[in-house]
Amino acid sequence: MSHVPLGLDFIAEDRARSVTTERHPVRFALILTAVAFLTLFLLLPLFAVFSEAFRAGFGGVWNAISEPDAVAAMKLTLLVAAIAVPANLIFGLAASWAIAKFEFPGKSILNTLIDLPFSVSPVISGLVYVLLFGLQGYFGPWLQSEGIQIIFAVPGIVLATIFVTFPFVARELVPLMQEQGTQDEEAALSLGASGFQTFWRVTLPNVKWALLYGVILCNARAMGEFGAVSVVSGHIRGKTNTMPLHVEILYNEYNFAAAFAVASLLALLALVTLVVKVGLEWRYAGQIAGANRH
Amino acid sequence: MAGARGLALKRPSALPGFGLALGFTLTYLSLIVLIPLAALVLHAASLGFSGFWDIVSAPRTLAALRVSFVISLIAALINVVFGVIVAWVLIRYRFPGRRLLDAIVDLPFALPTAVAGIALTAIYARNGWIGSLLDPYGIKIAYTPWGIGVALVFIGLPFVVRTVQPVLEDFEREIEEAAASLGANRRQTVFRVMLPALLPAILTGFALAFARAVGEYGSVIFIAGNIPFFSEIAPLLIVIRLEEFNYAGATAIAAAMLFIAFLVILFINLIQAWQRRRLGS
Repeated sequence: MSHVPLGLDFIAEDRARSVTTERHPVRFALILTAVAFLTLFLLLPLFAVFSEAFRAGFGGVWNAISEPDAVAAMKLTLLVAAIAVPANLIFGLAASWAIAKFEFPGKSILNTLIDLPFSVSPVISGLVYVLLFGLQGYFGPWLQSEGIQIIFAVPGIVLATIFVTFPFVARELVPLMQEQGTQDEEAALSLGASGFQTFWRVTLPNVKWALLYGVILCNARAMGEFGAVSVVSGHIRGKTNTMPLHVEILYNEYNFAAAFAVASLLALLALVTLVVKVGLEWRYAGQIAGANRH
Repeated sequence: MAGARGLALKRPSALPGFGLALGFTLTYLSLIVLIPLAALVLHAASLGFSGFWDIVSAPRTLAALRVSFVISLIAALINVVFGVIVAWVLIRYRFPGRRLLDAIVDLPFALPTAVAGIALTAIYARNGWIGSLLDPYGIKIAYTPWGIGVALVFIGLPFVVRTVQPVLEDFEREIEEAAASLGANRRQTVFRVMLPALLPAILTGFALAFARAVGEYGSVIFIAGNIPFFSEIAPLLIVIRLEEFNYAGATAIAAAMLFIAFLVILFINLIQAWQRRRLGS
């Protein structure tokens, strides 16, 4: 009668469990490393923004964000996002319809080209428009004779923002729509729906959560973009300053409290974006193909 | 006529709207992305090779490119090590606060880079939370290349975590059990069975983090100090040349960086092709 003593029993059990996981001390050390690293590099900067902002109290923050130049910067940021996000949304729908629902040569090249703006430095994203529309640019002399200003004006800021946020919606929709195939649409068409009805009533509801997911990421980048916008803006206070550029100006004037106050609004936007994003991932994981792929 | 030819290019489908959707896609892509990038390439080509080379090989340009590439490489390597640990911990272990940590990994994607830049500077400056701890030992982070490294680690981390995470999640436990039943201890299973399987994802994450770091501007310029030949990054030098209305100078540096970005895309595509071949699908 072999009776395994209690102590050995425990070891055998631990060994059985340890086949596909690490031992307790290793596990503990890895968790500690990950938590420490994320706290140091991600949480600390986030806390720093709010802590620096509220050094001067609520009154200080309120003064900084209600001052006319700050308000003008907020309005411009909202305006730019209100143009750039819908533009890239429409593009994302068109691109994903063409790529996901049809077979044609050159498709994978098209897919790569759509992701191209993510590989380009933000500074270069601004530079390309300066080379096209700036005073010394290819269309510069013509634009000047027509009295149209794009660089150092709002149109340039909008263009640069569209460039840097270009892939966001398309890259969420394409893989999902590819996965869903064309059966639903074919059924709708065979039942007599028009092409537009099919798109509006069948395709769009199928991808709505992925669409929203792409839009909030696109919006966060559009409102927060700094490098590309900085190159084309000209930094005219109250006119061509977006919120991130306003933060830079205040910071460079050593007006740190005000800089962090405006920055805290942008950090709040980032937090809201993360909360919505995580909410969508938890609730509609199956309906957002791209959820795990960032 | 053109329509008929257009239809012949694709496989027949019952769905409408192909011409409209593809036409709009190509037009918009050309206007926003391709033509502007072509303008950059054209402008760089008009400098001629020797003109281009004179600018790119000027000592200050070379120094800036070296700062950008070397620090980006180091930051991406740090991100590989800690990114894999973070992905591992988030997928394999259950502990309180896990979901919060998982959500916060995307912070660098969501937080505007300028905000990250001033926040990191505040932390690592001499009177900051971490800077003041290091200052007595004579260690300076802000306004040195180390500061650039901190910013680039911040900006690149999610790329590694988010590329490794899904692959690790899909990794079949049976393979680990097989390795263990064949006599491998846990360390052998992890380092000789699992990590090689994760390698394509790790390399892709590394390349993405590296590419992002090389081009990064907003979070770096506040903490770098921007001293030429010491802590001046290539994207900043582009901006400086533009402010001097030296379009040729800005374009040449940008073209050099763009070329390297293309190499990185090529590298990622090769890894993915290699991975597909290895999986035999």
